[in-house]
Amino acid sequence: MSQEMATIYVMGKPYEVPKDLTIMKAMEYAGYRFVRGCGCRGAFCGACGTVYRTKDDYRLKVGLACQEMVQDEMYLSEIPFFPANRATYDIEELAPTSETILKLYPEVFRCLACNTCTKACPQDIEVMEYIQAALRGDIAKAADLSFDCLLCGLCASRCPAEIGQYNVALLCRRLYARHIAPKAKHLEKRVKEVAKGKFDEELADLKKMDQKKLAKLYAARDIESDD
Amino acid sequence: MYYTPEMLESMKRVEETREARLTQELELLDPLEKVELLETFHPDYLEEIFRKLKVGPSKGEMTPHEFADLFEAYSAIDPYKFDLSQIDYDVDVLVVGGGGAGAAAALVAQEGGAKVLISTKLRMGDANTMMAQGGIQGADKSNDSPPIHYLDVMGGGRYFNDPDLVEILVRDAPEVLAWLEKLGVMFDKEADGTMIAIHGGGTSRKRMHAARDYTGGEIMKTLRDEVNNRGVEVVEFAPVYELLTDGDKVTGAVLYNMETQNYLVVRAKTTILATGGAGRLHVAGFPTTNHYGATADGLVLGYRAGVPLAFMDTIQYHPTGAAYPEQLLGQLVTEKVRGLGGQLVNSKGDRFIYELETRDCEAAAIIRECKERGNGVKTPSGYQAVWLDGPVIEARHGAGTIKKRLPAMYRQYQRFEIDMAATPILVYPTQHYQNGGLKIDGTTETTTTNLYAAGEVAGGIHGRNRLMGNSLLDVVVFGRRAGEAAAGRAASIKKPGKLTLEHLKTFHDELKDAGIRRERVSPMLLPDYRRPETVRKRLEVPV
Repeated sequence: MSQEMATIYVMGKPYEVPKDLTIMKAMEYAGYRFVRGCGCRGAFCGACGTVYRTKDDYRLKVGLACQEMVQDEMYLSEIPFFPANRATYDIEELAPTSETILKLYPEVFRCLACNTCTKACPQDIEVMEYIQAALRGDIAKAADLSFDCLLCGLCASRCPAEIGQYNVALLCRRLYARHIAPKAKHLEKRVKEVAKGKFDEELADLKKMDQKKLAKLYAARDIESDD
Repeated sequence: MYYTPEMLESMKRVEETREARLTQELELLDPLEKVELLETFHPDYLEEIFRKLKVGPSKGEMTPHEFADLFEAYSAIDPYKFDLSQIDYDVDVLVVGGGGAGAAAALVAQEGGAKVLISTKLRMGDANTMMAQGGIQGADKSNDSPPIHYLDVMGGGRYFNDPDLVEILVRDAPEVLAWLEKLGVMFDKEADGTMIAIHGGGTSRKRMHAARDYTGGEIMKTLRDEVNNRGVEVVEFAPVYELLTDGDKVTGAVLYNMETQNYLVVRAKTTILATGGAGRLHVAGFPTTNHYGATADGLVLGYRAGVPLAFMDTIQYHPTGAAYPEQLLGQLVTEKVRGLGGQLVNSKGDRFIYELETRDCEAAAIIRECKERGNGVKTPSGYQAVWLDGPVIEARHGAGTIKKRLPAMYRQYQRFEIDMAATPILVYPTQHYQNGGLKIDGTTETTTTNLYAAGEVAGGIHGRNRLMGNSLLDVVVFGRRAGEAAAGRAASIKKPGKLTLEHLKTFHDELKDAGIRRERVSPMLLPDYRRPETVRKRLEVPV
């Protein structure tokens, strides 16, 4: 592994760090021990949203500290928390319509369609597209487009209309899954069968079996074909 | 992405054998082969990484050194001097941990009429649940049943599992899936609502339900949203640092606010430990797939309060941790890749094990391939690894399958300019799951009265090896059970308990008698990834 070094500026303060590290590991190398701003370390939790700029470039870029590699002359700051608006609701009582969005998140209708949110998404989600879909009442599309959202908040941090996109996205996915996607009928049926005790006897028999008998049954299982 | 000439050469062989491998059928291991493979190559059989516990309710039992170091350690709290006179929170149920089990427990406890407080070390939802990718099991199809699921779980755990807990797991599974569906978890479904399900390692039926490859994330985000919607009180960045007892029963806890360094006293009629796993202990130096906060805190707290351990001499190493690029080292490459037909291939381009054996066998087989047979691929930093071939998935299920069914994985590698759909990736086992944990009964109560445990912190359900998709199931099944039981018990307790640290005095005495140095302190709370030279020059001053 090379030990080529880079200078990074953490909240303005310079540190020399190996070039082949992520921002998160580089900050640890520099001596930081995270309490905030570090979560799953694998791009699933959105705890480490980071804003940065590189030398001779006025543009602000974003990324997840656990995924983004350091660059020489990188100026960075984590945004470990963003205080965006979040509605409270009872999912059972909502309808999957634009009226619901209007009621819970009226600021969505202030969207300027500037697309800054999309550019700010470290997951490459079409953020503006799903916000537009949500305000049109196309909840299914909003749910589908926003599926990979980690709720890191970087979109909201850049939004001139002060929308908390990620909270809208979560609402849309729950609305879609609860009120649009058809229920799994086989699941409903199985829940009833279990409640009626259909499998009680068979389970009781299995529980009584010693290891040898179980192992014999296990070895003789028929495996469902993968086709 | 940079590859050494040796890596490129081997990659070429993987490409050459791909077509033949598409139709190649490999046999499942027979029980004897399995035992031999595990005993020779699984890290659970490396004696030098374990030691016997010197103190506590499971004294004499074996556990990895990294765990023993935490069990055989003092609290930073001096039980003789600590002031518990000011109670900051007075609740029915205290839920310790804000992951899947904690959230499920809190929701159900509140439904049961309890006043609930969730204490969590990091943010609500910062947990291994959030990172679980592949799926959640549940026998809901017509060709499947809870008894068939039961047999898969027992065989996977090599028959060491607690039958009562396994029964609960498989019996509750359909109801739990229905509960999640109703809460608005966006499961992968056919147009008519039928759940799309695939195989996982060791399943005899396709019962792996998924939400693309963000299954745990989707579940966690939904449960957290619901916790917020229902107004459950949550204190973030405030882990439990010690439990409180009346000398016998658990009566509350001391929280440590990591941002202000203050402590807070909670009086609770019942307490649920849902603190998750321990990957950040890095057993035997393995990297881990786990969350930053996975440091075994709940195990330590429960152990000091008298709860014995189950199966703490077995750790699950996920067979396919990322081995290259270095930046991803140890991170999860979901089993769903193999569930969809991805193949394990050695440096010569040959498969060496059927890909859907249980995880313990897959991990052992990869270690054997690298350590004994010399068929590993060497990465630039000197690690050995084997290939996980994704392009066979595209060949089998059509172009674009990886991007559609494995978006998280695909994106993860794209960030390093590796196209998983076109080239194989390098993998090696990584510390993934704590098979054991605190002993619980069917209601999730521990042997210490009014203390419950659910999720990864609890042990016995998975025996000596957990199957994919049974952990997400476990956290929701037993989280809900814990919430129900803890709320029910709390309702029957009229007078709140006395708050003392008597159990800690006893435990400290035991440590002293065993000759354990006072410097060793736990719980750990967070791992330390600073350089040793930085830590050495640390100066603590009052400011």
